[in-house]
This record gives sequence, structure tokens and C-alpha cells, in this order.
Amino acid sequence: MFTDMTVPQTYKTESGLFHLTLNSYLSFTVGFHDWTFRITPLRLLMLLTAAAAGCIMLVRFVVGLHPPITNLNDEYPWGLWKGWAVFAGVALAGGGYGTAFLVHILHIKKLEPFARRTLLTSLLGYILLLLGLFLEIGRWWNFWRPFVDWGHASPLFEVFWCVTIYTIIQCLELAEIITEKVFKFLHCIFTFIFPAVVICGVMVPSMHQSTLGAIYLLMEGRLTPLWWSPIIFLFFLLSSLMVGPAMAMLESAIAYFTYGHKTPLPSMRLLARIGGGIMLVYLVLRLGDLYLRGQIPVLADAAQHLFTPDNIEGQICLGEIALGVLLPILIVFSPLGSTYIGLVLFGIFGTAGVFINRMDVVVVGMVHDSGYWYFPTVMEWIVCFGFASIGLLAYLFLVENFNILNEPEHHG
Amino acid sequence: MKGVLVDLTKCIGCGSCSVACKLYNDNKWVEDRAETGGPRAQLCDANWTVVRQVKLDKDLNALPLSEKKVDAVSGATDSSNQVWRFVKTQCFHCAEPACVASCFAKALQKDENGATVYYPNSCVGCRYCMLACPFHTPKFEWEKPLPRITKCMFCSGRLKKGESPACVSVCPTNVMKYGDRDELLQEAKQIIAKSSGRYVEHVYGEEEVGGTAWIYISDVPFEQLGFRVMEPKNPNSYPLPRKALPHWTEPYMHWTPILGGIWGVVLAGLYIITRRNKVAAEKNASSQPAANG
Repeated sequence: MFTDMTVPQTYKTESGLFHLTLNSYLSFTVGFHDWTFRITPLRLLMLLTAAAAGCIMLVRFVVGLHPPITNLNDEYPWGLWKGWAVFAGVALAGGGYGTAFLVHILHIKKLEPFARRTLLTSLLGYILLLLGLFLEIGRWWNFWRPFVDWGHASPLFEVFWCVTIYTIIQCLELAEIITEKVFKFLHCIFTFIFPAVVICGVMVPSMHQSTLGAIYLLMEGRLTPLWWSPIIFLFFLLSSLMVGPAMAMLESAIAYFTYGHKTPLPSMRLLARIGGGIMLVYLVLRLGDLYLRGQIPVLADAAQHLFTPDNIEGQICLGEIALGVLLPILIVFSPLGSTYIGLVLFGIFGTAGVFINRMDVVVVGMVHDSGYWYFPTVMEWIVCFGFASIGLLAYLFLVENFNILNEPEHHG
Repeated sequence: MKGVLVDLTKCIGCGSCSVACKLYNDNKWVEDRAETGGPRAQLCDANWTVVRQVKLDKDLNALPLSEKKVDAVSGATDSSNQVWRFVKTQCFHCAEPACVASCFAKALQKDENGATVYYPNSCVGCRYCMLACPFHTPKFEWEKPLPRITKCMFCSGRLKKGESPACVSVCPTNVMKYGDRDELLQEAKQIIAKSSGRYVEHVYGEEEVGGTAWIYISDVPFEQLGFRVMEPKNPNSYPLPRKALPHWTEPYMHWTPILGGIWGVVLAGLYIITRRNKVAAEKNASSQPAANG
């Protein structure tokens, strides 16, 4: 598997439970029983970032949210953590339910290679979201309150419940994979409940992805009209669906460069075109909505003065739509969309587009209301990258130890 | 619903109300916080009500003859058009508050008198209310490790005893009048009608975001006093919504579970149909029956 110059050397404890394999001077594999995890310099860096984020989290629980932990204040109550973990993170994790719909509900066999890896990224995304939310709320010891005091008029109430339920559902979906290797006697149970789990696992996230946008319905007159819309929930739903295929392209690229695992091109092309189709619907609705609310002149003004600082919100919005939606559509429906490179480009721009859209709604769209630009502290950034590192490391560990990348061996 | 009518022409900016508020609510004076009076006065975790001073140019010649050339509040004459006004600021206590609709733990609720009250024991500290409030009223104790949301609660304890809010009770110039909100609204309209042009023809809070318990009358346009208004003259200001903000989320929250349920049934149907097709296709492909799960 490894093509390093040095011959692998393995050291084992007497019982043979722990083992350590040197792959090269820079990379080694730690093992316990038949579990392994390869450590490379990049992975070491991610581990350190994750550890730093963990330390900052602990400090934050003791001292609160004020500087130097975060730059949040009364004018900017929500910042990078909310935008990154709750809004962008959930959107990127949204790939799981879209693919589950195509593979497990519509039974499109061609797309089966994507089912497990998108489920895994999605589950990791949601666990990190819950962790991020816990880190971000000011009165964290009260996190369980919405389970008891039902503030059912609030969109956030639905998001909170649905995210919790969906995380459990995804654990059940993952258990079906895990029990292929450990606790095998339970596998038949998880296989039996799989259809019901999968149906709920598409219904519940469809609801809360749109409700995440509905949170911003109450910010009428505060959120910049470039992003506020009476149908913002529809934009959130569609964009969470279209980012799934884009994310799947990136995951296929990672699977290829890390493990040499090649995803069939026709499968990738089909999934990307489905994503591109949803993007087209989104683009038409978004531009139509902007037109009806008289915001097109703001974008036109931004296009005319691209390099002047007068209309930064307009420029960012224009960039978000042009590079994050229009460009991926053009790529996927052009001849470039039939090549691996084109599909990975589609993945990069499509994912970045939705990610930036969420950050725009949470941060950029509130600049006008607050009257100044919020910029996160170093610690806010470290925590975000630490969270991303935790997610990536967990993904790599699970992929290296369970049958995630390949198609299921015996599943109907 | 109870309410307070604030006549901004009567305010001399003494700040008694902000002191009474601090005393009644046991809010200590904090050194590095925003001021409770003066041009930079601002609501914050320690200040639940403040009196903001606004210096503005007023066209004194537009005043009625009796008051011409002398401004009623500051005594300014037409040689200097600059006048001072003082804006008593606190929670408006909306009839349909966005903060109450935003709270997913019922930590913000309206009581029987129309006061929007905060219950810290339920609060998660998500700060959605701070973003939902169209008046930027709820604040957060950023400096504390165990923080709370803070806002004016209309002295709901005093209201329950039949008393007026602490700030109203101490005002030496009777700027504020506490009473039944609808009666106060009629009174405000009568004052404006009788004033023969001294007051702006608008009761602030009558229609704003669906109506508020605290209503204001003024002799200077509200926008110039720093109020968010429904039809701003400043092209850079976003209009304050006329409709109560929960009118957006109520139908959404009503229809989502219903549509979600229908979607679930559709999903189940699609699952059964496509699975049957798939099993049939697999049967055709190989003579062996497909292994069922």
C-alpha cells in the first residue's frame, strides 16, 4: 500500500494488541488490535489544531465569550462560530440526505458509491454542529432547556429538535455499516429497521434545512435585502440540496488522492448533473426574487464598480452568485462536466458558493445593521479549523477501518 | 394591554428615570459601560433605560406663532437653530414581539399586562432574540462567565401590584404617562390634534412592527431623533417593518410540520414503488430471487 523508500518496520507489544509501523521518516501507523491509523505531518498538524481548539473550548466555558476569546458584542451577537458550525456546517453536511434520497429512496443504483461516504461526512458534520452549538451558546449549562420548555413558535426550536433527531437517525444508519465489522449479531436488526430510518432520514433534514433559513425571516429590516427574502427558507433548502453533489465530488477527489480509490465517472457525472439542475432552479428563483424586490440595480452597480470599496455587500453577493452558482452550472453542463477535473472544479466552486452564502447571511449581511465590520479573533479561527480537523481526522479513521468507500457487500 | 405615552417635548434629560431603573432592578453602575445620559447614551447589560441627547437643527420659523423664535425645551432662539431633544429609550414592549417568537426555550414571554419578561432559568443564551428585535433592545452580559440576556421588563412586578413602572413614577416633568395602551393612543392623537402643528402628525408605536406598548409623540421627526422608522428619508436606512415580525414565522411554523408529514408519506410511497421495480429488475437479470435485506 505504501510506496515509501524505507522498508516498513513493525514493532509489536508482547500481547500483539498494540503495534507501531514506521512507513517512512515522516509517516507512521499506530495500531490497536486490527484498528489502524496512519500519522503523517499534515495529520499531526490537524491533531494539534484540534487539541488547541479543545483547550480554547475549555477556557471559553470558564471565562465566557468576551475578548480575547471572541469579538462578539451587542452589535454582533452572532459571528464566525454560528456561521461556520451552525449555518455553513449544516449545509455542507446536507449532502447526506440528498444522496440518501437518490440512493435509498429512489434506488438509483448508479449513485450507490456515494451513499456511505456522504452519510459519514453528514454525520460528522452534525456531531460537530451540536458541539459547536454547545460551545457557542452563552448559557451552555442550560442547553437541554428547549427539550423541556417548548418554544414552538421559534424556527430555532424546530432546527434544534430536528438536528437532534437526525443525528440519532444517522447514527442508526451508520450502525448498519459498523455492525458489518463489530457486534455482527446486531447487524440484522439495523438492516431490518433501515427502510424506516432512511425515510425519516430524508424527511427530517428537509424540514430543518429550510427552517434554518426561516430563522432569518425575523430579521426583516436588519439583514441586508440582498440576502433577506420572504422565501429565504426555500433558498436554504435548495442550496443544502445542491451542495451535496458538490461535496460528493470533493470527497471523491480526496478518496482518489488519499487512497487511490477511483469513483466511476458516469456515477459522478450523473450526481453532478442532478446538483447542477438544482442549482439552475436556485439561480432562477434567486435572481427572480432579487428582481422583484428591486435589488438587481444594487448588483448591477457592484458589477460596474468591481474594484471600488463603495458597495462591498453587493460585490460579495455578486461574487457568491456568479462564482458559486453560475460557474458550477456552466462547468457541469459543458464538455468539461464529463471530465474528472471539471467535476472536481464543480465541487470546489459549488461547495465554496454555499459555504460563502451562509457566512454572508450570518456575517456580511448584518454589517449594514451593525454599522461596522466584525472580524473574528485568532481563537475563533483556531476553534473553527480545529473543528474541521476533528471532522477530517474522524472521516479518515473511519474510512481506513470500515467499508465506506466501496459499495455495500450485501444490501438490497 | 398596558402602555406608556412618552411626550418627548417635555423631557429635560435629567436622567432620574435611568437612576430609578437601576435602583429598582438592582443594576449596579459599571465603570466601562455606555453612558445612561448624553449624546452617546446606549442600552447595554447594565443600562435598561437611557436618555439619549440629540442636538439637531430645527426650523423654528415653522413653529406656531405663540412659540415662534423660542424653542420650548432648550430656549433656543432663531439666532441659533440648534435645539436639544432627549430620547427616553427602553424596550418598546411590542404587541407581537419578535423576541418572544424567536425564543426556542420560552425564556421570553408576555405577561397579562403586555410586559415582555425574561426568565433566565429557561434561557440557553443563543442570542437569537438580540438579532430578531427590530429595536436592538435585548443585550447580553458578555463580560460574565455565567451571562444572562438583559432588557427592560416594564417593571412587571410593579405593574402586577397596580403601580406604574419605576421610571415613570419618578419623572419630574411628567414626560411619561402610564395607563391603558388604547386610551393613551387616543390621548396622544388628541394632543397632536390640539397642538395646531407643534407636534409631528404621527404617534410612534401605533403601527410600527404591529404596534408597541410604549408610544411616543414628538415635535421633531422621529427619524432625526434616531428612531428606526417605516419610511426613512435617509436612503441608507432600511425601513422598519410595518407588519409584526412573527407574521413571517407563524405561517411557516404552522405549515412546516404538515408539509413535512406529507413529504414523509410521499417518500415512503417512492421507496416502495422504486424498490419493487428494482427487485423486479434484479429478478429478471438473474433467475435467483433477490436477497431481501
